[in-house]
Amino acid sequence: MLKILKYSFYDLMRSRWSYVYFAFYFLLGIVLLFLNNDLSKAVITLMNVIIVLVPLIGTIFGVMYYYNNKEFTELLLAQPLKRSSIFLGQYLGVAISLSMSLILGLGIPFVFYGLFESSAIWDFSLLIITGTFLTLIFTALAFNIALSNENKIKGFGYAILLWLFLAIIYDGLFLMTLIMFEDYPLDKLSLIGTMLNPIDLSRTLILLKLDISALLGYTGAVFKQFFGTSFGLIVSFIMLSVWVLLPVSRIIFKSKKKDF
Amino acid sequence: MKKILVFIAVVLTTSIVLAQSIEVCKSCPISTLKEGIAQAKDFDTIIVKKGTYKEHNVIVNKPLTIIGKNYPVVDGESKGEIITIISDNVTVDGLFIINVGNSYTSDYAAIRVKNSKNFLIQNLVLEKLFFGIYIEKSRDGKVFHNKIIGDAVEEYNSGNGIQLWYSKNIQIEHNFIQHVRDGIYLEFSDFCTIKNNISSLNVRYGLHFMFSNDDVYQDNEFSDNGAGVAVMFSKRIKMYNNIFKENWGTASYGLLLKEINDAEIEGNTFSDNTIGINVEGTNRINYKHNNFQNNGWAVKVKGACYANIFTENNFLYNSFDIAYNSKVNDNQFDRNYWSGYTGYDLDKNGTGDVPYRPVKLFSYIVNRTPETIILLRSMFIDIIDFSEKVSPVFTPDNLLDNNPQMKKITW
Repeated sequence: MLKILKYSFYDLMRSRWSYVYFAFYFLLGIVLLFLNNDLSKAVITLMNVIIVLVPLIGTIFGVMYYYNNKEFTELLLAQPLKRSSIFLGQYLGVAISLSMSLILGLGIPFVFYGLFESSAIWDFSLLIITGTFLTLIFTALAFNIALSNENKIKGFGYAILLWLFLAIIYDGLFLMTLIMFEDYPLDKLSLIGTMLNPIDLSRTLILLKLDISALLGYTGAVFKQFFGTSFGLIVSFIMLSVWVLLPVSRIIFKSKKKDF
Repeated sequence: MKKILVFIAVVLTTSIVLAQSIEVCKSCPISTLKEGIAQAKDFDTIIVKKGTYKEHNVIVNKPLTIIGKNYPVVDGESKGEIITIISDNVTVDGLFIINVGNSYTSDYAAIRVKNSKNFLIQNLVLEKLFFGIYIEKSRDGKVFHNKIIGDAVEEYNSGNGIQLWYSKNIQIEHNFIQHVRDGIYLEFSDFCTIKNNISSLNVRYGLHFMFSNDDVYQDNEFSDNGAGVAVMFSKRIKMYNNIFKENWGTASYGLLLKEINDAEIEGNTFSDNTIGINVEGTNRINYKHNNFQNNGWAVKVKGACYANIFTENNFLYNSFDIAYNSKVNDNQFDRNYWSGYTGYDLDKNGTGDVPYRPVKLFSYIVNRTPETIILLRSMFIDIIDFSEKVSPVFTPDNLLDNNPQMKKITW
């Protein structure tokens, strides 16, 4: 598996796309810092960008990589190698190189701007960790979609739909449900609803840091326990890990059964 | 004429000469404060030496100056009120007063001033108290440099740090108040000045006005209270250069205004509060040069608010700038700086060319269904906020800042 991981990783490192991705984040970081002149405000803006863009890029890139490498994968399958190690290797190769571009692209401008001396360092590291988690989750989801669909166009379609659903439509439905059932106690429902969507989950994680004063305005014991203590942070991280593990195990499961 | 002047001079000098100082200490002939007061004549000075004096119900019934040297402890042993001043021209300075009795029927205080004029209470340290300094029906007094540390947990069985009741013209300055019910409480008290105090970690309010008019408070700091300052049913209150911060919780406000008319709110800083200012039933208030930063809600308007004017304030990174619960608006917003402003300034005059709408649709939704707060900063919410901004349906459509500033306002 490590060999395949290494191969995919170096392959991607040599490809143009990683550089484009890296350059995009690098420029974004510089421009934000240049325009805002303020680390904490730049972190807030970045949050909005990361939550929407990282999943999109992760999904598209994952699907694209899988379809592009299909012939090579079939060649590998003819060798005496475990199927799980082939696919996991490829998956990790993509996910790690994407995360690297994100961490370096954003990290370098912020470090040069004086991140280590500022109080925004925790907010920033939380942002980077969340971004990495989102990359891992959405690349895995993309691999799942690609494994289940032979047709490239269909695969891309589903991938984009998945992103659209989780980033926007889900919140719309969520909001409608909350308003419809407003006569009932909703704090548990709203927290569970958040847990079921990785994008919402990472958003709340960052809200915990940035908007805690507003969140505490709501009277609910469950809310208070969740947001007022480190309980919320711990549960969110556990849920994010579950969100990585579930699709990855489905990759293993699916790849074992699939006919090529 | 000359004779009269001479006479006055003689009277004054003799009274000064006659004013003696009496020493109270554990090994002196006079070993209690009560005895000291009984022995003293008008305008005498009582010097209390270091030591512990277990006394309560000490009544100061003549104009005296009581000075503690090296903070002598006056211990009330939780038996009731400790010092009661019922004479004019009394000074109390430098005592360490502890263990005021708790009661559910009478308001025991560490020091009570009753029907007096020209008193001065300074440099006291009060601990384990019920009420701290209780001033009733008095006027022209000063309360300076006191440190009041309570241990209040619940509202119903705790008292206030400094309480004014039917008093006039009192100056309260440089006090440090913590862990009581209300840090400073004014009821039916007019023309008072409250300056440079620090009031924090109180169960209810840092500073509380009830039916008090024409008061000024400035340069104070209120943090971590149940709510910073509550101004209720009062007129012509001036609030200058105070700091309200970190008042967190479901019913926590930096400043709570209820039934207030003609007030001035200038140069204050509201930071990291759940609600910066909660406004209900207020008229003709000028908000100028205030900083609102990192609050959940900078200003929450509840209704019945007319002719309030917000000019040249900075609204910086609040989760919500302004929240309304109705479609009616009779308040003015002009020349403020809004960090959420996304317009442009083509003629470069420092004023944005597009008006800013400070009320978001989402704040309306949160007001209706509070649980939806969890969707804050979601992309879907941004989209509906944007569509509401383009054509307001739910939020007041005349609520606009027509001259939003491009740069943070300094003064």
